[in-house]
Amino acid sequence: MYVAVKGGEAAIENAHRLLADRRRGPRDVPALTLEQIAGQLALAVDRVMAEGSLYDAGLAALAIKQARGDMIEAIFLLRAYRTTLPRFGYSKPMDTGAMLVERRISATYKDLPGGQLLGPTFDYTHRLLDPDLAGDDMPEQPERREGAAEESRMPRVTEILAGEGLVEPDGALPDSTEPADITRTPPEFPQGRDARLQALSRGDEGFLLALGYSTQRGYARSHPFAGEIRIGEVEIELDVPELDFPVPLGRIRVTECQMINQFKGSAKAPPQFTRGYGLVFGQSERKAMAMALCDRALRAKELGEDVVAPAQDEEFVISHSDNVQATGFVEHLKLPHYVDFQAELGLVRQMRREFEERKQTSTVKEAAE
Amino acid sequence: MAEPEQSQFSRREAMAVLARAPEDRVLALFAASGLPEAATPLRGPETGLVALRGRIGGGGAAFNFGEATVTRASVKLPTGEVGHSYALGRAREKARIAAVIDALAQKPENRARVADAILAPLRAEQRETDGRRREETAATQVDFFTMTRGED
Repeated sequence: MYVAVKGGEAAIENAHRLLADRRRGPRDVPALTLEQIAGQLALAVDRVMAEGSLYDAGLAALAIKQARGDMIEAIFLLRAYRTTLPRFGYSKPMDTGAMLVERRISATYKDLPGGQLLGPTFDYTHRLLDPDLAGDDMPEQPERREGAAEESRMPRVTEILAGEGLVEPDGALPDSTEPADITRTPPEFPQGRDARLQALSRGDEGFLLALGYSTQRGYARSHPFAGEIRIGEVEIELDVPELDFPVPLGRIRVTECQMINQFKGSAKAPPQFTRGYGLVFGQSERKAMAMALCDRALRAKELGEDVVAPAQDEEFVISHSDNVQATGFVEHLKLPHYVDFQAELGLVRQMRREFEERKQTSTVKEAAE
Repeated sequence: MAEPEQSQFSRREAMAVLARAPEDRVLALFAASGLPEAATPLRGPETGLVALRGRIGGGGAAFNFGEATVTRASVKLPTGEVGHSYALGRAREKARIAAVIDALAQKPENRARVADAILAPLRAEQRETDGRRREETAATQVDFFTMTRGED
């Protein structure tokens, strides 16, 4: 059955005009500036950068404003923008040990070198709404501890522990392996840990959080400890043909999580602590922890564990972690399916007719008997 | 040879300082330096992406974990020196001027002026920012103490 599909141009144009008005909000209230969004909604900006997989605070702030604060829409906008840019190359792997640390805690070692640095954390706040923030708040200047050592490296907890051999070393792959790039190569399963980490780093925080939580509740129990969480700025360098040294590009802020997990050993490996790793743009502690839990759960096969829970199922986790893909497929259901539906409607009518006929026949038969 | 240690910059250090500096500061210090701006563009300024790499576990195999915007420029001075600049972000005018600065610094007669008028002030500002952040973080360090136990 043919169904007319033209029309709606004026409606669409007017809908977009209405959207622009609603996005702007009451016009007697000043418009938000991108500096306000980047400066005061910084963790929203970080999330959009992380899941948009593009580090640019100004663009992420613009995306949040344009999306009226709809985070997944903002992430979608950032992903779409990145496809318009050429790729200059791959950076050198960054060294999180040389991070200018703004927060660094360990739940496994109280007295770790460099100390427990709480930084700007929500932990230990009372989660009581603060009515003062309804106005133009001006908090006190932060306290400073003068003479803080200008050390160049703060060793990761896992480096400190490596000596005894009770914790597995950092994940190694053969040196010749060129890291996978899921933005260039369509995913194939099974994936390497490098490809999985790339997917997890841009994966939806809510989805990974739920999966990480499921491992704690017993679905692929892995007895995790937060070995270390650190947040801060790291240098980025790029090899370019025109210069004979790696060019410094500046710094980005990242959150790194080292999860340490109990492991009873297997045929392949002795009893030791195993690890899950999280690395995310910006200050994104919950996401980095969830990522590390999922990374560890997804290593089940590698470590000879039974795959019994959703968080261990690589294809399930990786294929459903990208919220731009997910929203695309779910939201496409809104688009006109008139023809599809007409066809299904015809089919159901026919089936219903046949059903009624069968019923009629059997009633007649029963009456006759 | 009493040039203060403060104003020594390798080409790499100079590029690092310029990459981190805010656009308005680079433009203002360059304008105030009186150094000539004349240069032919060879490439850009243009914005693109760099895929950022981390290491599994922090020190293991490399993996790609996201991209960042990067803006670069290359210029040639009338006297032939070629300068380059690269920096995270989308600041195009900063990229062009930073490439001019890179080219100018290759001429020995300009080196001290580039260092004193542009690079040294930027580096001082960056050290100040880092130092403040370090001190603010250090103030949040937990100083554990053990409560006296009764049986001791």
